Amino acid sequence: MSRELLYLLIPLSCLAAALLAGFLGSRIGRVNAHRSAIGGVGLAFILSCVVGWDVFSGNHFNGPVYTWAVSGGTHFEIGFLIDPLSAVMMVVVTFVSLMVHIYTIGYMADDPGYTRFFGYTALFTFAMLMLVMSNNFLQLFFGWEGVGLVSYLLIGFWYERESAIRANLKAFLVNRVGDFGFILGIGAVLALFGSLDYQSVFDAAPTLAGTTVSGPFGSEWHWMTVICLLLFAGAMGKSAQVPLHVWLPDSMEGPTPISALIHAATMVTAGIFLVARMSPLFSLSTTALTVVLVIGALTALLMAFVALVQTDIKRVVAYSTLSQLGYMTVALGASAYSVAIFHLATHAFFKALLFLAAGSVIIAMHHEQDMRRMGGLRKLMPVTYVTCVIGSLALAGIPPFAGFFSKDAIIEAVHHSSTPGAGFAYVAVLIGVVLTAFYSFRLVFMAFHGEERMDAKTRSHLHESPWVVTVPLIALALPSVLAGLMLVNPAMDGSLFGNSVVAGSKPEGLDMTAVGMLAHAPFAWPFWLAIIGIVAAWVCYCLRPELPVRAAERWSGLYRLLMRKYGFDEFYQWVFADGARGLGRVLWEWGDRRLIDGWMVNGAAGVVARTAGLVRRIQSGLVYHYAFAMIIGLVGLMSWFLFR
Amino acid sequence: MIPLSHYLIVGALLFAVSVVGIFLNRKNLVIILMAIELLLLAANMNFVAFSHYLQDLSGQVFVFFVLTVAAAEAAIGLAILIVLFRTRRSINVQDLDRLRG
Amino acid sequence: MTFLEIVFYVFSAVLIASSLLVVTVRNPVRAALFLVLAFFSAACLWLTLEAEFLAITLVLVYVGAVMVLFLFVIMMLDIDIAQMRAGFANYLPLGLIVALVMVGELTLVMLSGEFGDAELPRPVGQPADYSNTEALGRLVYTDYVFAFELAAVILLVAIIAAISLTLRRRPETRYQAPEEQVKVRKEDRIRIVRMPSRPGEDP
Repeated sequence: MSRELLYLLIPLSCLAAALLAGFLGSRIGRVNAHRSAIGGVGLAFILSCVVGWDVFSGNHFNGPVYTWAVSGGTHFEIGFLIDPLSAVMMVVVTFVSLMVHIYTIGYMADDPGYTRFFGYTALFTFAMLMLVMSNNFLQLFFGWEGVGLVSYLLIGFWYERESAIRANLKAFLVNRVGDFGFILGIGAVLALFGSLDYQSVFDAAPTLAGTTVSGPFGSEWHWMTVICLLLFAGAMGKSAQVPLHVWLPDSMEGPTPISALIHAATMVTAGIFLVARMSPLFSLSTTALTVVLVIGALTALLMAFVALVQTDIKRVVAYSTLSQLGYMTVALGASAYSVAIFHLATHAFFKALLFLAAGSVIIAMHHEQDMRRMGGLRKLMPVTYVTCVIGSLALAGIPPFAGFFSKDAIIEAVHHSSTPGAGFAYVAVLIGVVLTAFYSFRLVFMAFHGEERMDAKTRSHLHESPWVVTVPLIALALPSVLAGLMLVNPAMDGSLFGNSVVAGSKPEGLDMTAVGMLAHAPFAWPFWLAIIGIVAAWVCYCLRPELPVRAAERWSGLYRLLMRKYGFDEFYQWVFADGARGLGRVLWEWGDRRLIDGWMVNGAAGVVARTAGLVRRIQSGLVYHYAFAMIIGLVGLMSWFLFR
Repeated sequence: MIPLSHYLIVGALLFAVSVVGIFLNRKNLVIILMAIELLLLAANMNFVAFSHYLQDLSGQVFVFFVLTVAAAEAAIGLAILIVLFRTRRSINVQDLDRLRG
Repeated sequence: MTFLEIVFYVFSAVLIASSLLVVTVRNPVRAALFLVLAFFSAACLWLTLEAEFLAITLVLVYVGAVMVLFLFVIMMLDIDIAQMRAGFANYLPLGLIVALVMVGELTLVMLSGEFGDAELPRPVGQPADYSNTEALGRLVYTDYVFAFELAAVILLVAIIAAISLTLRRRPETRYQAPEEQVKVRKEDRIRIVRMPSRPGEDP
């Protein structure tokens, strides 16, 4: 089997599964629908592993498989760039997707939209694979919009709910903002390089690094900075960075498997992947890297604070996702692209795990998501509890769980980064460590420990979830424990990603191997900060449950600010939604009603009517008036001939 | 001898008088028809005068045709007048405002 | 002043005066009669221009036929003369202005020196055996024959139009039906009834 065919088979098996489950779902039945979807995605996973093994044996691939159109010398192609970066992404995407598909059988068991759901998820996997496997910007954009579309469809999956419809519209609109920048960035790439192919763009980039373009107000911009900032705008939309993050928490309106698949593990990492893929361009613009770094640090810090006060179990996880995406962005800004992807991979596992665990709790609680009505689930749902704790430990960055290695690598990279703004970012990520540990264990303690706060009816039905739910949990828990340990050495010494991303500056004098990092951990800030966070969570939510309430009363202003998520939603509502509506009202009243309707349409008609009113007096209908007109006209004509 | 211009002035005076007649008699359709006959006569006067002074008989042929048309016009005009009187019991021109719609 | 000039000025004066009276007199019958006079004077003027045929035609056709038609119509109609004259003076100023402008301009052209004796001298009269009618006839039946036929058609159309306009069927008028009268038979007129000649007798 040729490589092209193998690569083609990976996304196409998902597409075929999506079409089968989506369009023929009602005909082939629920069981066949999920069989086909899982079969397609499973095949994609197996083939991805084969490709991954092939890639790490040194066989890279870069080339078109189909030329869609040629216009003015520019080739629009479907092509694949298979290198370690895309191989890692493919394996992560297909693995998490497969787990989510299996989990969905249990989670969505009695939902009427069962087959539709499998159609969407398989389609999502297809779009995401197209995105990560692409070797050109056009296909990247196709996959980019594809995942955006499926995300829209899935957030609004329960389309009878008004909140779901509002959330998916919000996600779509906010993503449009980012995508607008993204497509402008692609346009800038085409304008500067005359090609959409990654390799030719990257090859030409260093020689064109010094070129500038004149911006507004006579300013001069480096092309690289413009391109990178525009592309990063797209990444901000998809990866939910401040200030385009507002859609991600609301996207929790979708079913939980989707939150795990799209809004934690895969789609939101598209932005991170994009920046890592574009690392040859980003490394040429310090300005762009600074922006990336500061945006990432702000996201990591601000969203972690918001996560502290959330009571909805899924929203806690959602805000933690935002915060972790901030971490990845910080790593990108610090030029540690491989570290960012490393964290992306580990995060995908443990965040999907946490979401699925939260979903498991939600099923058991009969779709109750408020943590204040949970508690004491430890004894009732042991598998969920254990896996959730593993996920939380990984998230908090406790060695030797996966999150420890990746997050520690990020912190060290920021510490040693020379990008402007790195000092602020370093403080932000350190504070973030405490907060991360605090809110993740707040979740654990509130949901699984303490007294049982649910009502008796729910309590009587509580039991562990079925195997289709627990098996994916266990399957995801394993890499959450081991992925960091296994991947840290190749990721750090550069052998994992090879030259598919630009290697950033390495921290000098630090032993960035698994053993070295483990040995170093007890003597470094992050470890103890995480421990402090966990202990604080234990004190607040197990030992002295009245403490958080008093803290909320004590600092009520801060508490309200966090509950309102810094007022981003209100601000956007006020400025953009109301502003647009106000602008529309002004245009409607002045432009449409006065100018067009009033002056142009009715005005023209009115002029005609008034003129006609004057002229109709001449049209008396009396024949002799017409005769007079003729005679007087004759006299006039005579005079004109005579005296001209 | 009488110059051509004298004949032409007679025609012009006749024309002007009939125009005044149309202006004055706006209630009586019969007089207006008569004034139109006078108008045609004034035109004919010019034709005949020019025909004589230029020694070209074509002018008189034209007068011949004009007389024909004038006779036809008078006949039809009077017929219309009669029909009008039959339907409206009046030949007042000011009553003829049906064109107003 | 020659005889011709006397004739010209007298008949011109009569023509203008009578035409003025046509448009100003109160009674339409009188107006028609003044119109006859005006046409007659015009015919005389045309005679001074050696247009004998047209002069005679004018008298015959207009004075004889058209004007009689006018008179006929006027007398047939029941016109309120007093009401006809109302508002007569209102329109006089405008009419006068238009007429004066017209006459002034036309006179200006006539006396501009294009139509004087010097430029267009009066031709010498035709010999005594010259026939204006014959010359006109030659022209009409040769060069203008199509126009002449057309004029005939126009007259025909005018006749038909005038008749069709004024013709009306009165429902109260009773007409004969000759075809019915011709094909009538004995049975249509009489019916034989059998009846006894005296009571009790069998017919």
